[in-house]
Amino acid sequence: MSTDLHDLSVAQLAAKLAAREVSSVELTQHFLARIENNAGLGAFLATDSEVSLAQARAADARLAAGERTPLLGVPLAHKDIFVTRDFPTTAGSKMLENYRSPFDATVVTRLGVAAGAGMVTLGKLNCDEFAMGSGNDNSAYRPVQNPWDTTRVPGGSSGGSAAAVAARLVPAATGTDTGGSIRQPAALTGITGIKPTYGRCSRYGMVAFASSLDQAGPMARSALDCALLLSSMAGPDPDRDSTSLDLPALDYATDLIATGAANTGTAPLKGLRIGLPAQFFGAGCSADVLKTVRGALAEFEKLGATLVDVSLPLTELSIPVYYVIAPAEASSNLSRFDGVRYGHRAAHYTDLTDMYKKSRSEGFGDEVTRRIMIGTYVLSHGYYDAYYLKAQKIRRLIAEDFQKAFTQCDIIAGPVSPTVAWKIGEKSDDPVANYLADIYTLSSSLAGLPGMSVPAGFGEGGMPVGLQLIGNYFKEAQLLGAAHQFQLATDWHLRQPTGI
Amino acid sequence: MALTSQDIARVANLARLELRPDETEHTLRQLNGFFALVEQMDAVNTEGVEPLAHPAAVLGQVALRLRDDVVTESNQREESQKSAPAVERGLFLVPKVIE
Repeated sequence: MSTDLHDLSVAQLAAKLAAREVSSVELTQHFLARIENNAGLGAFLATDSEVSLAQARAADARLAAGERTPLLGVPLAHKDIFVTRDFPTTAGSKMLENYRSPFDATVVTRLGVAAGAGMVTLGKLNCDEFAMGSGNDNSAYRPVQNPWDTTRVPGGSSGGSAAAVAARLVPAATGTDTGGSIRQPAALTGITGIKPTYGRCSRYGMVAFASSLDQAGPMARSALDCALLLSSMAGPDPDRDSTSLDLPALDYATDLIATGAANTGTAPLKGLRIGLPAQFFGAGCSADVLKTVRGALAEFEKLGATLVDVSLPLTELSIPVYYVIAPAEASSNLSRFDGVRYGHRAAHYTDLTDMYKKSRSEGFGDEVTRRIMIGTYVLSHGYYDAYYLKAQKIRRLIAEDFQKAFTQCDIIAGPVSPTVAWKIGEKSDDPVANYLADIYTLSSSLAGLPGMSVPAGFGEGGMPVGLQLIGNYFKEAQLLGAAHQFQLATDWHLRQPTGI
Repeated sequence: MALTSQDIARVANLARLELRPDETEHTLRQLNGFFALVEQMDAVNTEGVEPLAHPAAVLGQVALRLRDDVVTESNQREESQKSAPAVERGLFLVPKVIE
């Protein structure tokens, strides 16, 4: 295997930095050059070498002073849904073109060099507009290409994050997941990503889409690297986010390394019961994905896990339930974009109401407009009970079904996406087709459960397939541990797209 | 039930959006396609089920957290207004609403 700096994991880069074999400035320059040389992928919306290098110098100063913390000096990039003082924040929308936040998101602060873990920000990553989409073709700026096949989508909405990690333009990235936006792009680009339990990471400074669903998480090439990032990202933020969980962040990575070392050569996952919901393995899933997922599950059996059948009967219903609830919350959240305090304002209008209407219609893209329309309709007088309230009732039944399943198993597994990545533009004018493809990620989002995507092999066209692991509340460590054992025994997560 | 173009106009107005006539037709078709999917919800018996507005309710973290009512932020008016479309003497400008 090549030993180029960009082939190294977060953990390996941190070790090199700690040993002073490489400086953070050198790493930053290396990755910035790669980002520039691969600009055609469209993964980045903003870079600023002066800002990044200043952060790298600050990290190097902390290293020179003797500080040795697990992420110090390692570069990353943030999904452009996290607000940043030092870079523009667009949320992938024309509405926020040239917007500068007066503050950093909590996750950005916690990972950053000024007051956090010491990671250097390389820039902001492309995403679907306001995180609404499954292919990153809803970005108002440009679509992102999948590094495995540049004619295909990288998934969405954290498509820029996924493409950048898969192409090794960054060792790791942040993402956000409302209905699958970390797990699905991770699956479609062959990387590892985790959406923690709702409330585990602060939402402060995440441009809001659907507040009862939005959750931040790391995207990287391995479970261990995700664990390293999550340990710094998570934790209560009591003064800034009233829904952040009142639970301390754990040291996920040290646990992984300890159990990994202790278990090598034995059946490390003995006693782990993996539940397979019949509804995740039906006719709706393409044959290549099913075959790959079953292959990965056979590997889990070799590691000592047992597979049990479980049922999540409302899986299909999670699609309408999610696409009522998320747009309802979005229509409320996005009402803040009125062309007054920030964001786009139309050049010509007759009065205040006309200014609102023209500014919003010019600033929002088609999918965002569609979801605001759906959300406004389901919340409007006469329809609230039939749609919004009904969806919330089924949401509770979905959450209860998971708890029933978890009496029979420890982790639930299945595919992340029913197909591998599709061609750019293939579904761009068919919103319902896009919504249906979210079937395997929506139910756990509605319940608020943690879930992750782990590279499981390759399907049609040599495209990556992800295995989804869903845990019970607060069980991130268990998910990461199972994924880590799988990655110690397999090398799917180490495969790289050619030509980059 | 299917939406009509009057529904689309009413909802667009509520959402403060302006749709061009060709967009109205297109949006109507797409929303009707979408609501055909939503009607699947009718088949689920939800009698006596408490609506779940938020996962916090099942996480057992339902107590609304309060913080001390003290000033924690410094004045950042200039920075906050940097991205505003129109500002004068520290005020956001909007079209005249009262004659």
